[in-house]
Amino acid sequence: MELKTKIQAEENKQEILITREFDLPLELLFKAYTEAELVEQWMGTKVLKLENQQHGGYQFETSNPQGDVVFRANGTIHEFVQNQKITRTFQMENTPFPVQLEFLEFEKLTESTSKIVIKTIYKSVDYRDQILKLPFAQGLNMAHNRLQEIFSKEA
Amino acid sequence: MNLRRDVFQAIADPTRRSILMLVATQSMTAGAIASNFDTARPTVSKHLQILTECELLTQEQNGREMIYHLNPNKMKEIANFIEPFRQMWDEKFNKLESVMKAYQQKK
Repeated sequence: MELKTKIQAEENKQEILITREFDLPLELLFKAYTEAELVEQWMGTKVLKLENQQHGGYQFETSNPQGDVVFRANGTIHEFVQNQKITRTFQMENTPFPVQLEFLEFEKLTESTSKIVIKTIYKSVDYRDQILKLPFAQGLNMAHNRLQEIFSKEA
Repeated sequence: MNLRRDVFQAIADPTRRSILMLVATQSMTAGAIASNFDTARPTVSKHLQILTECELLTQEQNGREMIYHLNPNKMKEIANFIEPFRQMWDEKFNKLESVMKAYQQKK
């Protein structure tokens, strides 16, 4: 089966390429990135700021059900061309991870389909690999916590 | 997470990667593995211990010697380490698609 979302991460390179085709017209795909209300829905995060223009900036924040902020990220928008591209930085606040540079390119495939290509550049190969492994590590941690929960209930 | 038992920490070392390559071609005794390296035997033993602890290698006692086998399942886990990252994005993009389809219908 052809995977819809593809990740290219060559060994010893400090960049990755994310490609995804959508069953959506180009304008709608682009809108998903530029309207705060829509970003909030699909990213599952609160949008504190989103200025879609050169020298603009953005800030996202996610809270857990108890209301504690668990994730905050921000960046600066360097290039903004409607329905074509967004070049921006991205940094997770309160983490050891340095800022990363993201090139988002939006492409029309047909009247009703489109594609996004995101090239992300990291400070080093090591940081890139650590970021790539984050969901893997989180998965392990979650499995571990789940086990602990089960065991502590039995005890 | 215990760093020692983290498979990624284990494969970060070039000697340990070479050991895995060697054992991948055929199962070997500790002595045979060590003979492929200039490094002191205790150093190689330490590497073997780490690789065994994180389950990349499995041990089998054969008389006085210990034979090391590659654990293909654990190796596969490493090959797929990008998969959770890809899935995370795939889920986000699926959500984007459904959010925007609902938005399109409202218009």
